[in-house]
This record gives sequence, structure tokens and C-alpha cells, in this order.
Amino acid sequence: MERRVFGVETEFGITHQGGEHRGLPPDELARYIFRPVLKWGRSSNVFIPNASRLYLDVGSHPEYATAECDDLLDLIASDRAGELIMHDLAQRAEAAMAEDGFDGSVYLLKNNVDSQGNSYGSHENYMIPRTTHFRRLSTILLPFLVTRQILVGAGRLVPATDETPAHYAFSQRADHMWEGISSATTRSRPIINTRDEPHADAALHRRLHVIVGDSNMSETTSLLRYGATDLVLRMVESGVPVGDFELENPIGAIRHISHDISGTATVKVRNGPEMTAVDIQSGLLDRARRFVRENGAHHDQVEQIFELWERTLQAVASGDHSSIERDIDWAIKKRLLTDVAERGGLRQGHPKLEQLDMAYHDVHPRRGVFNVLAAHGRVSTQLEPERIERAIVDPPSTTRAALRGRFLSTARALGAEHTVDWVHHKLVDRPLDALMLKDPLLAEDPRLDTLLAKLGDRVETLREQNLAQRREQAVPLALSERYTLASPREFAEPPLI
Amino acid sequence: MSTQPQKRPHGGDEDGGPAAEATPVSGSAQAQKRAGELDSMLDEIDSVLESNAEEFVKGFVQKGGE
Repeated sequence: MERRVFGVETEFGITHQGGEHRGLPPDELARYIFRPVLKWGRSSNVFIPNASRLYLDVGSHPEYATAECDDLLDLIASDRAGELIMHDLAQRAEAAMAEDGFDGSVYLLKNNVDSQGNSYGSHENYMIPRTTHFRRLSTILLPFLVTRQILVGAGRLVPATDETPAHYAFSQRADHMWEGISSATTRSRPIINTRDEPHADAALHRRLHVIVGDSNMSETTSLLRYGATDLVLRMVESGVPVGDFELENPIGAIRHISHDISGTATVKVRNGPEMTAVDIQSGLLDRARRFVRENGAHHDQVEQIFELWERTLQAVASGDHSSIERDIDWAIKKRLLTDVAERGGLRQGHPKLEQLDMAYHDVHPRRGVFNVLAAHGRVSTQLEPERIERAIVDPPSTTRAALRGRFLSTARALGAEHTVDWVHHKLVDRPLDALMLKDPLLAEDPRLDTLLAKLGDRVETLREQNLAQRREQAVPLALSERYTLASPREFAEPPLI
Repeated sequence: MSTQPQKRPHGGDEDGGPAAEATPVSGSAQAQKRAGELDSMLDEIDSVLESNAEEFVKGFVQKGGE
């Protein structure tokens, strides 16, 4: 596959704290957060002008699903835009609540576990060809995903239990996985979910749904996460030999690896030896490098991804994490917790450290601890802030998302009732003209222009708003109107002769 | 596709003024400066966190998702 469609769905944790009284419970808080969304789209499940989806999930989790991206940096930009969109909604909720007499602060956390161990996810989607052999896919991909946490885990301070003392683990999500592959989600959280909803031509494509990942704050960690996974998928698809790392017990292994920050935990490979996560990842990295040597790099970040991949494995293997503590979420957070613990003489598992573990994921630009680190130049970045801000309003330009964005923004500007989802585009008054776009890689389609032309010449009268104009609109930036109707006077005046 | 080189200031982002360049900084002075920077950042983090850590942690409870 030359181009692949990627997407990531992030569920956020929410909490209301710091007021004189106890904070609002999550369901009431979520209603405040989604108030502007409901007003804008008469639903708490909407596609927004940047073609992403914004909705309220089970358990009062605000969720943001990026639009289809075919470029890793577009994907990371769209995901980061999701954080800013959530922050905007949180600020508005806080103001609205204050008006109603509820003081305190609204927190939106891009993490994966609350203080009682309830978990919520960060789901990756990768388009793969329908012809991909599923047994081969799971044989190669499962051991990769089980061990990937040592590269891209978000890190977690695990509270003490009766059996184990408080300790630092690679992953937030590892303890919440119950199966290798299945079609369930909440009931038995599998690493790979086989629910077959391609949102595309089912004869050609599958949507691989990976729910084992931690939500990442670091753009660099994100690049490694999606980039390495894409490379492994390429090898799966090409049919090259990728070694045999199939694990005897993937679920036992994922937990075992997560809780051993020394990286020395071994897991049993089926019909093979005991191996560490570093052994398995090194084997996959070697093969990926060989694959790229033979087939060429398919995008500009491949070498950077290899370098990060190797450097992180070396750091884990040596136990000296200083070379990755600007780049890899679990190592950035671990450094911070160590600094704070040393300065304050705090024992492992001190509430202050648990609070920091959560606050690291706070999306607030000035309060979120990751963002404070970034402001002090202590973490690496991949994107200019301007690109992230553009991603709040602009759909990715190289996929179907561009068409969805144009359709919904045009229909809104012209006051035409419409419905839209990943595939369908429908004008309510013209049900027979509903348009299905089944190729997520196609960013142009004359049928969409034909459909919009049915709304009349008025399409010609639309004026696209620039970013400054959109910021001036009263609604959250992400919900601002992309087009306005030109004032009639612009047409009434004859050209000067 | 625009790629941005990773920023790696590695303690090198001194205030940049000519004065800073004129006076060579000894190793221990630099370490002291770094420690000072870390301290002030940790103070900043302290100041933005809710003051009652235990209450904050306990108060953050939600049902599971997906």
C-alpha cells in the first residue's frame, strides 16, 4: 500500500476541582463541556469543520477522533488540535459553571486511568488491504504491540497494593488489556479489535483497530508510535519474513513487561526462548531497517523514526534513560517525578507524585505539566504551534476529510439541512442524492461538487473566512463557520466601467 | 510536508546576550545555573497544581470508557 489512512481516537478524563464545595460529578460536568457543541450541532456527537468527530462517550468521556490522515505529521497535528479544542470547551464550561454558582476549575486529562483504576482509551486506526492475511498479521503485530510500550508508553505511577509497593510502570493501559484479539471493547478489551467497520470499500480495505496504546503528550513519542507501527504493518503486508516472536501468553507478557522498568523482564516466545521486550523490539527494528534498505523509505521521517527507536531501546537496555528524557513520554514523566521526589524528599507513591502523574496529562496550555515542561524547552517537539492551530479549523487536505469538511461547512453556510458521517454525505431535502465516499484516500470527487451545486448559485457567493475572522466568531474556534455568505451588495454593484 | 528539526537546547539556551558570551562559564557554575532553572520550573509547577494533592487524586474518578 503506497499511502495509508491513519486516525486516532482519544477519550479524555474530566474532573471538576478546587472550588469551595465538592466538584460536579462527571456526567454534569460533561454536559457543561458539551453545551456549545449541542448548541452548534443539536447533538453531542458531531463532525466538526476540520472533519474530525467530537462526541460524548460512555462514562461521560469527551472523545475526539481525528479525521483521516495519510501523513504522520498531519495525524499528530490533528491529535494535538484535539487537545486545544477540548481546552477551549473546558474554559467555556468553567465560565458557564461560574455563572451558575459553581466555582472551581475544570480539568481535562489526556491520560488513560483514573484514581480508582477505571480505564479509557487511545484507539489507533490503520487502513490495511482486505487481502492482508489475518493470522500473519496477528503473529507479527501482537508481539510488536505487547512490547511497544517500552518505546511509547505514557508511564504510570502505580499505587501500592497489598501485594506490591508503589512503583513506576511503562504503560497506563497494559493492566487493562484482557485478550489478544477479539471483537469486544468494554467487556474484554483486546489489544487488537476485529470489529469490522472499514468506513471504506469493504471489498478493498480493512480498518485495523488497535486499542492497547496509551495517550501520548509528546509529539516525538507519537511519531515513533505511529511511524513504527506503520513500518511493521508494511512488512506484514509485503509478505517478507519478520521472524517469529509469537508469545505464549500475550496478556501475561504485556503486564509483566509494563511493571518492570528495568527492562529485564523476560517473556516466553512460543517454541522459542525467553526474551526481553528489548530483544523482541531489536529484532523487529533490524528487520524494518533491512526492509527499508531493500524497498526504500516511503516518507521523510523514516530515518528519524529508526534513530528514535534504536536510541530508546538502548536507553531501556542500559538502564540509563537520560538520552530519551526529552523525547519519550514515560521517560520524560519519570525524570520529572524523580526530580520532584528528590527535591521534596518524597517517598514513591506520595500523593503529590500521583497528582503529578495525572497533571502531566492536563491539556491546559499553562497548567498542564507536560505543557509547562515544553514551555521551558525541556521536551522536543515536531510541529510549529501554527500548524497545530490550523489543524483546529482545517481538515487534512490529502484525504476524504477535505471533502467532508467542505460539504458540511458549505451546507451550514447555506442553511441546508444535512447529515454526514465518515462515509455518507446527505442533504436532508434531497435524500436520493446522498453521496457515499468509499475511498478515504480520495481528496477530490466531482460528485461532491455536483451535489453542492444543487444548492444553487449561492455556492458561488460563499466567502471563506481566514483564521483571524474565525477567531472573532463567538463559538469555539473549532466550531467557527468556515464560509459566510457574501453581502448582497457585493453583487448588486455593477462593475465600474 | 514540512519537518522541523528537533530542538535540543541541552542547557545551551543561555540568555543569548553578548554579556553571557563574554564571560566564560565554568562547569560548576553551569551546573548551578541548570539546577536553578530546574528549581524555578518545579516552583512554577507547584504553583499551578491544586494545593491538596490527595484530594485532587481521590476526586478524579470516572467510569471506564469505550
